[in-house]
Amino acid sequence: MHHLTLAELARKLRAKEFSVTELTKSLLGRIDASQPTLNAFITVTAEAAMSQAKAADGLFAAGKAGPLTGLPLAHKDIFCTQGVKTSCGSKMLDNFVSPYDATVVEKLNAAGMVTLGKTNMDEFAMGSSNETSFYGPVKNPWDLSLVPGGSSGGSAAAVAARIAPIATATDTGGSIRQPASLCGVTGIKPTYGRVSRYGMIAFASSLDQGGLISQSAEDAAMVLQAMSGFDPRDSTSVDAPVPNYVDTLNAPLTGLRIGLIAEFFEKGLDASVEKLIRDALEVYEKLGATLVDVKLPSLPLSVPTYYVVAPAECSSNLARFDGVRYGYRAKDPKDLMDLYKRSRGEGFGAEVKRRIMTGTYVLSAGYYDAYYLKAQRVRQLINQDFKRAFAEVDVLIGPTAPDVAFAIGSKSSDPIQMYLNDIYTIGANLAGVPALSIPCGFVRDLPVGLQICGAHFAEAKLLNVAHAYQKETDWHRQIPAAYLPEKLS
Amino acid sequence: MSLNRDQINSIAHLARLSLTEAEIPVYQDSLSKIVELVGELDAAQTAGIEPMAHPLPGVSQRLRPDVVTEKDQHELFQRNAPQVEAALYLVPKVIE
Repeated sequence: MHHLTLAELARKLRAKEFSVTELTKSLLGRIDASQPTLNAFITVTAEAAMSQAKAADGLFAAGKAGPLTGLPLAHKDIFCTQGVKTSCGSKMLDNFVSPYDATVVEKLNAAGMVTLGKTNMDEFAMGSSNETSFYGPVKNPWDLSLVPGGSSGGSAAAVAARIAPIATATDTGGSIRQPASLCGVTGIKPTYGRVSRYGMIAFASSLDQGGLISQSAEDAAMVLQAMSGFDPRDSTSVDAPVPNYVDTLNAPLTGLRIGLIAEFFEKGLDASVEKLIRDALEVYEKLGATLVDVKLPSLPLSVPTYYVVAPAECSSNLARFDGVRYGYRAKDPKDLMDLYKRSRGEGFGAEVKRRIMTGTYVLSAGYYDAYYLKAQRVRQLINQDFKRAFAEVDVLIGPTAPDVAFAIGSKSSDPIQMYLNDIYTIGANLAGVPALSIPCGFVRDLPVGLQICGAHFAEAKLLNVAHAYQKETDWHRQIPAAYLPEKLS
Repeated sequence: MSLNRDQINSIAHLARLSLTEAEIPVYQDSLSKIVELVGELDAAQTAGIEPMAHPLPGVSQRLRPDVVTEKDQHELFQRNAPQVEAALYLVPKVIE
């Protein structure tokens, strides 16, 4: 049952081919068996999962099951889960047991989904390789010597290895799409404000957005439907109706206008990755789409813009970790200043401290205009680029990442090299537009992702475009050999 | 532009972060590189461009009525606190 997508699992549960309890037990077994090598989870909530499974079986027996009842999922450890450790991948929150549920968790619990546990991630979602986690790096299921990408590396690895059929994730600069690309799975970052950020531990509040890592666009459509929508507890949540994402999955693509961002194909893109992107575009042409070259001239400035805006917001958000009310506290502080400084100095890892300091610097007196205000103006230019592009085309398609997964340790000493991994993904966060990544082939036996980006609130269109490709190809059905059902039980 | 030791110490102080001796040169090097990277923004023509603080143009942050909506759960919340006494968070003595 582990090679099955969420949509297939839903059909088989309904047909009573197996019970939710059987499915949950078997996935928990796979999680346990893979944990020593893959390290995809921080916390496994086996007992709670079994009791949710039992309740779901009860709903099936009573004929009261909804579309998501009994479907198992994992939550990125950035989402608060009541009564369960919520660490955000950090020593700072290693002892934190959340007193409440994030809205996303609450909604998916209410839909009857079964939570298997909390997935590993880069510390406070800051990283592109999952190497900054306090709990050790997650491995890429396609090759255990490689990174899974980040920051949602645990969610991507878990779905790729089919130890969780779907997982929540978050994306501030590419943290859903880049690991989805490197692990050969589907990942969607919705429009800013589409999914509630309440109970989602904040990194950069004007960029953070919750989403999903799944086996297919169809699976993402099913769950996105349930987790989206207005939340009065998130002041940036948008009060707009949620369309039925599943209903429009099969809409024809005839007349679809696809924009190719010229700047993405100019330099830095691996030639064999580019070939696969061009192959995918041919599939779309056969389905009736037209390709249009578009220019987004300010987009090459998205990395420097991001590395002002994101650290600035991070330094402000992470000021709450003071060693007083919750989280790590240093031993024997000699005064209050020492308590603050050592609790933060010892509780945060190297990359988080780097970003807090970068943010503190760009916001400090005398530099604010030169860096922060300037970056906000460039962000406006990038936003206008996207707006102009979407006046001409329906979607923008290109690569998700410049290359396939890289070796653990190969980029960790050079932050700039690491930051450049997100060169194709950051723009969508700056403009607040939705984007997803789907697998489109393999280079050197490693998966490559195709990025599809749309205008604000165009999630239904993106899922439709992705699903059309997944009906024509089977890249999304590929499972790493070591995790085939017969290899890991 | 490269940042010197004193600047790193001063940024760390503003950010309330203790750094070890070994960390200072590491951050000196990487923060200097980041400052160089973000320096690319200098070349952008931004005269007359409105700074963008919210990703959805035209949407402003919603306000709610100033009334209490949450119930008192301090005991539950303080279970995560390092040191509590009589429902108060304890810190080292601040005033001599």
